[in-house]
Amino acid sequence: MHESVDDWSGDYDIFDPKYIENPYPIWQELRVSCPVPHTQRWGGSHMTTTNEDTRKIAKMVDVFSSINPLVVSSDVPVTFDTDTYGVGAPPISTDPPQHGPARRLILPALSPQAVIGYRPFTEQICRSLVTEMGDASYADAAEQYAQQIPPRVIAHILGVDLDDADQFIAWVRDVLEQGKGDVSKRLDAGLAIRMYFAEQVKLKRQSLGSDMVSQILSGDLDGTPVTDPHAIATCVLLLIAGIDTTWSSIGSAIWHLATYPDDQARLRQNRDLLPVAIEEFLRAYSPVTMARLVLKPIRYNGVDFVPGDKLLLNFPAANRDPLAFEDPESVQIDRRDNRHIAFGIGIHRCAGSNLARMEMETSLRILLEMMPPFTLDPRRSVTWGGGQVRGPRNLPLRFSD
Amino acid sequence: MKVKVDPTMCMGHARCVSLAPALFESDELGNAVVIGDGSVNSKWEEAVKLAVANCPEYAISMIE
Ligand code: HEM
Ligand code: SF4
Repeated sequence: MHESVDDWSGDYDIFDPKYIENPYPIWQELRVSCPVPHTQRWGGSHMTTTNEDTRKIAKMVDVFSSINPLVVSSDVPVTFDTDTYGVGAPPISTDPPQHGPARRLILPALSPQAVIGYRPFTEQICRSLVTEMGDASYADAAEQYAQQIPPRVIAHILGVDLDDADQFIAWVRDVLEQGKGDVSKRLDAGLAIRMYFAEQVKLKRQSLGSDMVSQILSGDLDGTPVTDPHAIATCVLLLIAGIDTTWSSIGSAIWHLATYPDDQARLRQNRDLLPVAIEEFLRAYSPVTMARLVLKPIRYNGVDFVPGDKLLLNFPAANRDPLAFEDPESVQIDRRDNRHIAFGIGIHRCAGSNLARMEMETSLRILLEMMPPFTLDPRRSVTWGGGQVRGPRNLPLRFSD
Repeated sequence: MKVKVDPTMCMGHARCVSLAPALFESDELGNAVVIGDGSVNSKWEEAVKLAVANCPEYAISMIE
């Protein structure tokens, strides 16, 4: 059972229901009283709460390593054959010098120019999902809309069967949202994703196409051909990194619009403001917290870290630090100066950030275009998921007629 | 006034490319490249200031 938290500075719990639902006051207090708090829970960790610490530590890649970036690591040994299925999830789970080549392999297919090409497909998916949601007897914008978009878009980009998208959702939730209980479920899902891509890689090797899996297979790591295990591990990451995250951001943005009708009305009148509003939603409701593993002893901001310690890079808290943002607790959809770091900072900057922004822009624009004004449906409740990735998991809406 | 991107600091967030497309474009990896010699005419001054203020990596600078 969950043990409630009395002391956030020495015993925090990122899976605490209160933290998942409303972490903002907790960060506010910690920034002043104990900016790098500690906990023994979930294997033990420290976490950042200020913008400066998050930025600095993200750049100290030789001390704070990315080899295990999950906020809750499993103590259970790897259960799959790494020679076949690959190791980790490059580039996110690598440090220099392996990181650069693994990252450059995937960047071209996710560049701003490449992402323009995925827009028509994304629009088509969003339109048909909105139509379906509009016809249903009740609308859950998390389950019926936000959640459905990223898995289909990534399936399209990777060049795999769109019908597999529902399976992707289930796997990714098992990997990223099972923080607390079920380690075996998480391992099973992780292995299932690897086996799925092992099969895809085998198929694509036989006849390369123009999809992203084929691009990875025909690419190179600074001159060295890409092996199947490397390609498989990279695909595993593209699936895991792009689904929960983007769906959470789309969901949080819709939650905001449903909760603040004035902002919704303003965006309906002025669509040009949408890209600015999206950056503000990314800042104020940043979904992703990442972890680092300490490799060398270091004293940082009053904490003595020793090798093996875990540190959480709290991008969401960094984006609400009053030293970095004016009036950070107020969500202003016309905030023009917005140096947020929702996509991380430094060498691991989200490789999918151009894609995620396009998915957010497309999905919100089409929802606003096709549907009348909406509010939260008071007959049902909003639920939030959190831990590594925070966002609404149920978002019941009521549309005005 | 001219604008400059420090390629060792740019990590390809592409904020500049969306805020001031007349002055920045992305290379094949998504990192920013200044268009032409980076001269900023008064029409684009506001947009360039926004790019500077939104670049998460502090990679953009303006020289008078
Ligand atoms: C709004 C949605 C998203 C958010 C907030 C987000 C956030 C992040 C963050 C914070 C990181 C940095 C990780 C670290 O420092 O350890 C990251 C890395 C990454 N993300 Fe995203 N992400 C999103 C969507 C996507 C999408 C759609 C993809 C595409 C498939 C993607 C692929 C990646 C990859 C490949 C990395 C690793 C980059 C590297 O290690 O060099 N992400 N993401
Ligand atoms: S906003 Fe900054 S980091 Fe991003 S592409 Fe432009 S210069 Fe590079």
